[in-house]
Amino acid sequence: MSHVVSPIRETLVGGGRSYHDVTQDICKQVEGEPTKEWKIAFSVSCVIFAYGAYCLGYTWWQGIGVWGLNKTVGWAWDITNFVWWVGIGHAGTLISAVLLLFRQKWRTSINRAAEAMTIFAVLCAASFILAHMGRPWLAHWALPLPNTFGSIWVNFNSPLVWDVFAISTYLSVSLVFWYLGLIPDLATIRDRAQTKASKFWYGLFSVGWTGSAKTWARYEYVSLILAGISTPLVLSVHTIVSMDFATSVIPGWHTTIFPPYFVAGAIFSGFAMVQTLLLITRVAFKLEDYITMEHIEMMNIIITVTGSIVGIAYLTEFFIAWYSGVEYESYCFINRAFGPYWWAYWMMMTCNVISPQLFWFKSIRTNILISFILSVVVNVGMWFERFVIIVSSLHRDYIPSSWAMFSPTMYDIGDYIFSFGLFFTLFFLFAKFLPVINMAEVKAVMKGVSSNYPYKKKSEGGKESVTH
Amino acid sequence: MNTTEKYLVGVYDDEDEVLHAVTEVKGKGVKIEEVYTPFPIHGLDTAIGHPRTRIPIAAFLFGLTGLTCAQFLINYTMVFDWPMIIGGKDFFALPDWIPVTFEGTVLFTAFGMVFTFFVSNSLWPGKTPKTFDLRSTDDKFIMTINMGTNKKSEAEIEEILKASGAIEVNVKQF
Repeated sequence: MSHVVSPIRETLVGGGRSYHDVTQDICKQVEGEPTKEWKIAFSVSCVIFAYGAYCLGYTWWQGIGVWGLNKTVGWAWDITNFVWWVGIGHAGTLISAVLLLFRQKWRTSINRAAEAMTIFAVLCAASFILAHMGRPWLAHWALPLPNTFGSIWVNFNSPLVWDVFAISTYLSVSLVFWYLGLIPDLATIRDRAQTKASKFWYGLFSVGWTGSAKTWARYEYVSLILAGISTPLVLSVHTIVSMDFATSVIPGWHTTIFPPYFVAGAIFSGFAMVQTLLLITRVAFKLEDYITMEHIEMMNIIITVTGSIVGIAYLTEFFIAWYSGVEYESYCFINRAFGPYWWAYWMMMTCNVISPQLFWFKSIRTNILISFILSVVVNVGMWFERFVIIVSSLHRDYIPSSWAMFSPTMYDIGDYIFSFGLFFTLFFLFAKFLPVINMAEVKAVMKGVSSNYPYKKKSEGGKESVTH
Repeated sequence: MNTTEKYLVGVYDDEDEVLHAVTEVKGKGVKIEEVYTPFPIHGLDTAIGHPRTRIPIAAFLFGLTGLTCAQFLINYTMVFDWPMIIGGKDFFALPDWIPVTFEGTVLFTAFGMVFTFFVSNSLWPGKTPKTFDLRSTDDKFIMTINMGTNKKSEAEIEEILKASGAIEVNVKQF
């Protein structure tokens, strides 16, 4: 392919692999028996899922009175977890769409897993949306469906309705994008399949893909346009999530900085989660030649950039609270930092603002263990960010007699555990039954970026049958 | 009438070689039906002579449809069917409707375009593909020549394919 690649670029596929090696390495996970490690990990996540399902089932059955909410703090872990998961769910589409538009080739070996993670994270987020409605069986009332009350319609002026449209569009478009990318790889597995079951299932889902030049040309256009529309889509989703807060009149929420601040935070936490999962996946599946130090470093750089944007947003919020001269705002922010929830605030500040700055040092951002720990730390921090925004803004009501604190019950915690169970169960199933790396895309960029690609050997050594 | 179609299948093992080979083989007057590759090769479709895809036009039209449908729905519900005063705003509160209109546009574009993609390539779940060589989804680049549409003899075409860099030339009948 006529790719122009600068010679100073690091190689993205190591180990002198050929196209066939790529197929072999990636299909191995799908075709072989599940490993012992996979079975253990999958069983553990199923147990977590089952416990979480009990807690969530109990919440649905009894109502959200089982949570620790009170009259003053009417939103707590539910919306914190929702925003946290939706934020995490931003990285996949960002990697596959935005980095595609910017022609960043290093995205090719991480986009598949990142997109899968996106979809699962949005599903986790959806579980909190449903639960927090109190009567989840009436969830369809959020849609503009004809009904026997008039019809009385949803309010299209409300950010909560925008959110319904944004999240469901995002989930379905991400799913389409992900599936479209899977088709050529599913066809690869189909063509190698030995057992009847895999011939059937991979045959069914690979929709008769042959990889003809005409199909690929159309496929490239479809990917490009999907990337083009997904880019504003992914930005719109967290913008709208932030508007759930920003269009209210609660001090601490009612700020115009929320949309860009939330979007940066979402990318920040999403990349951190991708980093966490990829560092595990590359070791578990021995993909060190595909997910290289270059990838890890690139991810860490993006984490630092977005973390710094988030840090600036925190400081700007504080400044504006003072500069606006609004007493309620000033109080709210001083209370955040020095009130009863000070520990949550400083936890957030340490994890999100200080810790990613360590990646300025090359020795730290190329250290796998530290990268892993910091990627987890970032997501702890991002959870606390949402908790701080939601609970610390609510718990001091306008009337001091209404002031309250929030403490979670086992069902608050259990519903959060449910989302982890769901997420990891789905992720392990994905890692076993689908190719974790986009083979077609990796092959397409290999010549420019692979170390010691056989083509080079061939042209040096000369090959009798080839005459030009 | 002969109901089976006979193909000559040239197998290449490098994407640059197959791209050059397409021009070379075509230059010698052989009609190439299609090239099957494990990953997209830029410029291959135009080298073979396929017309440019019109999928972007379809995508635009689907987007326009989405925009219209979203606006129609919101206007019908909020202005005509059951107008309500919300926050002292106009019934026709266009700025508030931008998010939902945008999401509708994106949703219709994505689904419409991907549906068109499936239909135009006649791909559907469970379809049995017309496979010339199983390695074309792994590491080989497969050039197919329909003998029914070519006047040259089999031996002649085989010679041309070999000269253009094919590592194997096989015969396939459907």
